[in-house]
Amino acid sequence: MTSLSQLPRALHPLAWWGWAIGLAVAASMTGNPILLGLIVVVVWLVVVARRTDSPWARAFRLYAVLGVVIVLVRLVLHVLVGLKWGTIEVLALPRVALPHWAAGINLLGTVYLEGWLAAAVQGLQLAVLILAIGGANALANPKRLLRALPHALHEVGTAVVVSVSVAPQLAESVQRVLRARLLRGDVGRGLRAVPRVALPVLQDTLDRSLLLAAAMESRGYGARNSDATAAGRRLVTGSLTLAGLLVLAFGMYDLLDPTRSLSWLGAPLVVLGLALTVAGMALGGREIRVTTYRRDPWRLPETLTVLAGLAAAAGMVISKQATPDLLWLPLQPLAAPGLPIAATIGILLAALPAFVTPPPAATGRPRNRTPR
Amino acid sequence: MTDAMQAGIAIELAGVSVTYAGATSPVLKDVDLTIEEGELVLVVGRTGSGKSTLLGALNGLVPHFTGGELSGSVRVHGRNTRDHRPRDLADLVGVVGQDPLAGFVTDTVEEELAYGMEQLGLAPAVMRKRVEETLDLLGIADLRNAPLTELSGGQQQRVAIGAVLAAHPRVLVLDEPTSALDPTGAEEVLAAITRLVHDVAITVVIAEHRVERVLAYADRLVHVVDGRVESGLPAEVMVSSTIAPPVVELARWAGWSPLPMSVRDGWRAAAPLRAQLVEEAAQQPSRHPGDGFETGRAGLPQPAADAAALTARKLSVRHGDLVAVREVGLAVRAGEITALMGRNGSGKSSLLWALQGSGTRATGTVEIGGADPRDLAPGLRRTRIGLVPQTPSDLLYLPTVAGECAQADRESGLGPGSCRQLLDRIVPGVADDLHPRDLSEGQRLGLVLAIQLTADPQVLLLDEPTRGLDYQAKSALSAVLHALADRGRAILLSTHDVEFVAEASDRVLVMADGEFVADGPTAEVLTASPAFAPQVAKVLGHGLLTVADAAARFGDQA
Repeated sequence: MTSLSQLPRALHPLAWWGWAIGLAVAASMTGNPILLGLIVVVVWLVVVARRTDSPWARAFRLYAVLGVVIVLVRLVLHVLVGLKWGTIEVLALPRVALPHWAAGINLLGTVYLEGWLAAAVQGLQLAVLILAIGGANALANPKRLLRALPHALHEVGTAVVVSVSVAPQLAESVQRVLRARLLRGDVGRGLRAVPRVALPVLQDTLDRSLLLAAAMESRGYGARNSDATAAGRRLVTGSLTLAGLLVLAFGMYDLLDPTRSLSWLGAPLVVLGLALTVAGMALGGREIRVTTYRRDPWRLPETLTVLAGLAAAAGMVISKQATPDLLWLPLQPLAAPGLPIAATIGILLAALPAFVTPPPAATGRPRNRTPR
Repeated sequence: MTDAMQAGIAIELAGVSVTYAGATSPVLKDVDLTIEEGELVLVVGRTGSGKSTLLGALNGLVPHFTGGELSGSVRVHGRNTRDHRPRDLADLVGVVGQDPLAGFVTDTVEEELAYGMEQLGLAPAVMRKRVEETLDLLGIADLRNAPLTELSGGQQQRVAIGAVLAAHPRVLVLDEPTSALDPTGAEEVLAAITRLVHDVAITVVIAEHRVERVLAYADRLVHVVDGRVESGLPAEVMVSSTIAPPVVELARWAGWSPLPMSVRDGWRAAAPLRAQLVEEAAQQPSRHPGDGFETGRAGLPQPAADAAALTARKLSVRHGDLVAVREVGLAVRAGEITALMGRNGSGKSSLLWALQGSGTRATGTVEIGGADPRDLAPGLRRTRIGLVPQTPSDLLYLPTVAGECAQADRESGLGPGSCRQLLDRIVPGVADDLHPRDLSEGQRLGLVLAIQLTADPQVLLLDEPTRGLDYQAKSALSAVLHALADRGRAILLSTHDVEFVAEASDRVLVMADGEFVADGPTAEVLTASPAFAPQVAKVLGHGLLTVADAAARFGDQA
């Protein structure tokens, strides 16, 4: 079992994303609170076991809070404007009569347990979906994910990285200027204060962007392999990619639209489109001379992680074929939710990465932190 | 030009003139300059003299990135910047700017070191090896996984230099690499640079305001005056240079020849002067600075309540779980200029903001004229205590100097023209219709100082006012502060610049880890440790800190 070695290292970011997408797909297919709860437990377990102390890992808590807020908002909205239905009365509220042009909306009114539970399950489903994505974000450094992109997308990746790092700088800039305004005795709020904050902040941001652009330029960003055929090759690259994307779009349209009669054409078109796009990108990538430092390796734990995520989705698909009723909370009449066997096993399998992946490497930090 | 003729020549500028778009006169005029391989070239000149343009021209950022028009030719190891953009010169020229954080593209040390090599398309195995070498070369191996934003200034600047060096350029261009650093951080960076020059034999072109730090190491000096360039051996160029470190000023005053370039040379040349001082001291044993000052024990100054313009007791500031200032007591006296020193992150800024009352404060009291500034409305607060922040431009938001002045008059409830008068006294000749961003560092500081002084506060705080100022601007600032002190105002300023402290301040406080570790008259604190001693003190000793001190002591005897 050498390839399952537990030497601490970072798992390939794409593996975590594959795993999370599998769980998200599973969550989107079920309205069974037990299954949804299981997914939450699995995501939580893996994140706690394998996250680092990096800022993006700390953001997982925010996703959890967001999930709770979503469920609460869904519950409150149901009371306020939801369509009330069911038999078991929970909360007797007077119904506010609305004029006829807003006839579809029920403002307040008696709340029934069935309707409320249905709303809660809907909210929970969305919350779990977001939690799964949050889990991937916490486990995989988003910037390393961009480094795994093909070379042709390298420049797009850099733009994303730069814009992501601008946000905290902007916040810091705003804070500094707000504090500085106090020094001029300026406590004005509202519209008149906007230019006083916005102008220095914008100037600051613009200055920093120019400095960064100059630094990137001097370090060779955007340099291309220069040869005589470069212009011709660029034309070929562009045409290939554009044609590929167009064909892909037609193919997808044909595949997904059930009313079209030519559906036998869809699959081949998608394949052709993909092939053209990949060829274009490969050709474009050859023109960019960028290489990647310490590319994350893809080994057995990565494959297992993705398979674990897929298992959750596959279990859900099998249960949907075999016992579709068990995937939802029975509401008419209200009853305890069942436990579909395939889906349950699939979700439990998704907890495997907590054990089969190598633990994260410790991040070295300087001892003297300078505060802002 | 044949290859044989080019051997040994790193950079060649021939008849270079640069005119920026919309400017009427060129920034650089007809510059001819040849820099040989392996030289350490120091570029000096006043703010706005064209130094940065000269450095930018070396890797083609001027004019490819900045715009404008460049005539003549710039060749780097035979490559003409006319046909090669900066990105095509990245394998030859490495550029490091003033603010390391602004130039970082990635977020950890290791990735940043690799970034330049990735752009050049080096093989992963080569990159891996070079990253390790660079980590060792700059002494940052223990920081390899550290987030860049959590490093100290000196560490950040060393990472920035390493990130450029890893790509193995043949020329390293540094534009004021130490201007944002504390003395220790600056020493780290300069030590790294000199080591590179000696071990790697790389050509280094460096611009630096605080010339005293680099002059001793320079092989050649390039002096930029109003766009014209003069180059030669340091001792020759320094004879007439507009920018000169204190040891050179002292030598010019004392008439030493050749000029000493380092404290070591100066020490030898100053032997007769020191002998004279020893003789005098023997005759008047009690003569020593310090009379008239009370020297409170470190961390426990005993303020005389009537003389103090500002009194703080048990003041603490915390940011989250980090205690920036820990229960300090402080009295700032009217008519006195106090300098606050200490490394980056020692709590200087937090203390100033807390004293002013606009910053956060965890515990303690501050008293100015019987009131705590924190309890006053911001408008009233600034009439008691003013603060010029580290980035003065944060205070400016109007499109013209005149607009800012008029706004300051309104804020202070004064008649029109009050702020403008102050500005004319601080920095004469700033045109009314200029945009504050187009001012030089010194002028912008002057404008903000004038705005804050319009309210006529009893206590004035300045957070690192000397950043980016040349010697002349620093002298001007020192004169303004002295005039204020003479009018009975109390001044507290934080700075890293020992030469400025020697010239401007009466008293020095040294902070470390949120506490005061030294408090006393300038001469006493500055001469107590070599890290803080100004050059003249190192050369002459005996409590003399500046050339002016020496001139006053010796009269015209020298």
